[in-house]
Amino acid sequence: MDILVYGTINSVSLALYALGFALVYGTSRLPNFAHGALFVLAGFITWFFLNSLGLPYPVAIVLAMLVTAVIGALIYQFILVRVRGMEISEIIASYALGLAILEGLRWGGFKGMSYTLPVFIEGSFAVAGISVDYQRLLVVLIGAAVVGMLWLFTHFTRIGLALRGMAQDERAAMMLGIDSDRMAVVAMGFGSGLAALAAVLLLPLGNIVVESGYNILILAIAVCIVGGLGSWMGAVLAAFLIGFAQILTVVYLGSHYQMVVALLAIILTLILKPSGLFGRQKELEERV
Amino acid sequence: MIMNQNTPQRRRERIDRGIKVRCQGIYSLMSWREMTYITAPRAALIAGLLALPLVMPGMYWQRVISIVCIYALLAVGFDFLAHFVGLVSLGGAFFVGVGGYLAAILNTAWALPPIATIPAATVIGATLCTLLLLPCLPLRGVYFAIVTLMYPLFLARVIEALDILGGTDGIMGIDGFGGRWTEQYAVIGMLLIVLFAVRRLVNTDIGLVLRGVKDNDQAIRASGMNVTRYKALAVFITAAMGCMSGAFLVHIYMWSGISQFALDFSILPIAATVIGGGGTLAGPVIGCLILVPVSELLRDFGTLRIVFYALILVAFIVFRSEGIMVYAQRKYHQFERWTQV
Amino acid sequence: MTQAPLLQVKELSKTFGGIRALEKVSFDVHEGEILGIIGPNGSGKTTIVNGITGFIRLTSGQVLFRGRDIAGKPAHKIADMGVTRTFQIMRPYYSLPAYKNLVIPLFSPRARRTGGWRGGGRLGDRHTVGIDILEEIGFERDSHVPYKATATLPTGYLKRLELARCLALKPEIIICDEVFSGLSMSEIASMVPLIERLQMDGITLIMIEHRLRELFKVASRVMVLNFGRKLMEGPPAEVMADARVKEAYFGSREVREVMDHA
Repeated sequence: MDILVYGTINSVSLALYALGFALVYGTSRLPNFAHGALFVLAGFITWFFLNSLGLPYPVAIVLAMLVTAVIGALIYQFILVRVRGMEISEIIASYALGLAILEGLRWGGFKGMSYTLPVFIEGSFAVAGISVDYQRLLVVLIGAAVVGMLWLFTHFTRIGLALRGMAQDERAAMMLGIDSDRMAVVAMGFGSGLAALAAVLLLPLGNIVVESGYNILILAIAVCIVGGLGSWMGAVLAAFLIGFAQILTVVYLGSHYQMVVALLAIILTLILKPSGLFGRQKELEERV
Repeated sequence: MIMNQNTPQRRRERIDRGIKVRCQGIYSLMSWREMTYITAPRAALIAGLLALPLVMPGMYWQRVISIVCIYALLAVGFDFLAHFVGLVSLGGAFFVGVGGYLAAILNTAWALPPIATIPAATVIGATLCTLLLLPCLPLRGVYFAIVTLMYPLFLARVIEALDILGGTDGIMGIDGFGGRWTEQYAVIGMLLIVLFAVRRLVNTDIGLVLRGVKDNDQAIRASGMNVTRYKALAVFITAAMGCMSGAFLVHIYMWSGISQFALDFSILPIAATVIGGGGTLAGPVIGCLILVPVSELLRDFGTLRIVFYALILVAFIVFRSEGIMVYAQRKYHQFERWTQV
Repeated sequence: MTQAPLLQVKELSKTFGGIRALEKVSFDVHEGEILGIIGPNGSGKTTIVNGITGFIRLTSGQVLFRGRDIAGKPAHKIADMGVTRTFQIMRPYYSLPAYKNLVIPLFSPRARRTGGWRGGGRLGDRHTVGIDILEEIGFERDSHVPYKATATLPTGYLKRLELARCLALKPEIIICDEVFSGLSMSEIASMVPLIERLQMDGITLIMIEHRLRELFKVASRVMVLNFGRKLMEGPPAEVMADARVKEAYFGSREVREVMDHA
């Protein structure tokens, strides 16, 4: 039973990490390797607003999400858009940027275990005999809400539909008057915002550490590959698969093996079904 | 003809230098001037590298030379794989770590001397790395980049978490080279041999097939050859170079630890290649000659040096600069002038 | 001819998402013949080539080569069996001498087994064999033309280079994807005898073409595709006279009448 509870919590967390990456890749085919860095950056920005500027917590959170979204959009607008289309350069450039951000934070003194964010609601409650703290409950609830809102957004609003159109077929979307460069900036903004959302939700459960930037990146990519690069719903499903697999490993093998599970998931997917759960086959072959 | 500066009909034209045209094929033997033109750059590179240990002031900088060569091996491997075969490896640290740990194990567990551990670690390490990278070879380049990025991060965490192979302390007590000069000239010698070997390789028939993986993989498939097999061969070659540099590294430092999986070994070769000029094989070496000493100077600033490489990398990629070697080659072989259109 | 056809295509279908590029196309190719495949743009001609040679995965259908089903096999295995193709959009090594483009095919296992076209057995020195093939195929003998940088060659030579690439594998079938396109009249005039020569050498050819006049000179049978379906097949004269073919290319009779009187 506790596997079910912890599994769900873990899965929703993974989905939150991965959605930002999936959104950006699905829309503009940009593998945003700065995703993990934006996550950590959002955490530190929230801490800064909260502790150094003394803003009230809800304000700090919202502001941090906005700031991160803007930073992401700016990164895209001024740097990444120049390497648009050249996949390898996109990867190197976004990775280098993420690296610069993370190591810059590390050098700037944000080391060690002392940076934390407070939880939203203190205390815990019992679910079928297992004690779960309110923060984790919030994570699951808000996570589910995010997935639901994302679905609604991409199916019923103009911008959301434009993003979905771009994800399906960029040329067709351009023919319909959707500016693909601007939409890509918007997508990047949303993706960064989602990373920030994940950060403010999940960082209160631990500390803000620069190392987690790399871990988040690995997990997000693992989830997206298993789910199929470019598929948002696939990412959610894959998050549950990997999430439960990780919890099972922790219960039966030991907690060190969590990351190994993620790596194995990637390798297995690449061997068995490279396009992932919902990916489209044409993602894989070289163009003829 | 008077060139009117105000005419909008002028353009810049690049033409091969006279001496280059006269040097094609066997005519390069025509006179001392032509022969010098051809051999001077290569001789300068060889002589320069060989002379470096002699001019370095003190042991600290001599050690830096060795480190430059290690990074250069990685960078040449990266350049070969990325610009000739089209596979971008974001995790040079993977090869360094595997090669380093293998050499360390062979040395401490079986007491093999460096002259045996280095070749053994190279071959075994390369095989291991290629096998681990095999699943992503039939797929698009993105997957290769992702997987090479992940492996060093994973392996570092696995070793740390499971506390195997020395855990965070690493393996200690590894034999050194027994003499500064041996150490430096061994590394420099290997670098030069590898550099010229790869240079020859890309111009042979099989080199052409390997380059075809990037330029024309349709033709390879339409000719009845399995592209994945040739990608694996190219990865093996690059992995061998990386593992060899890792093996050299542990013998120089006489220690092997998770820091071999550090980002430095992944990022610096890429930055060196981009700065030094991709596709030239000698460019990455020049890039390392510049970046490694700079990073040593910045050592006091801690991880700022990674920020530094990363930003330089971004700048170069985004502004699509050609790199030092490419620029130099262009200037050496061609000249520019204005012409009427 | 009472022996079994060399290549049998049965009910080939391919859908791309919502588009049915090919619908249950079936035809046979006999050994030593030249089959032409024609049809207006978008009728699925290049999809058929990609499907037969394994560059595209087929939705359904069988392709039997000497009785063995090759549908679904990877492209390099199919080429290794002797079913080769040219590419409409060529990507030779522009900076290298022309003959070096043959290094890749001559490196393949099949070339090493068969010695390449005119090799007759084991493969000799790749560069020499490459130059021999080029000279046989129309590059001037004992001249500097095979050594010229590929970028300097006119289209006619480049098309021959594509065919040479296939010939280096000593193929049984060559599927030519629009070899006559982009050529001048004189280049075409010299290409036709080359095609006939290949046929005399025992190679079976399937030619996808737009230039009908030249195709009808060499092909003994022609198949017409329209919107992914086989419209008809038969000798060139029959095809030219068929009303449905005219309609596929030029539009319905009413439209043509209006256009004639306009």
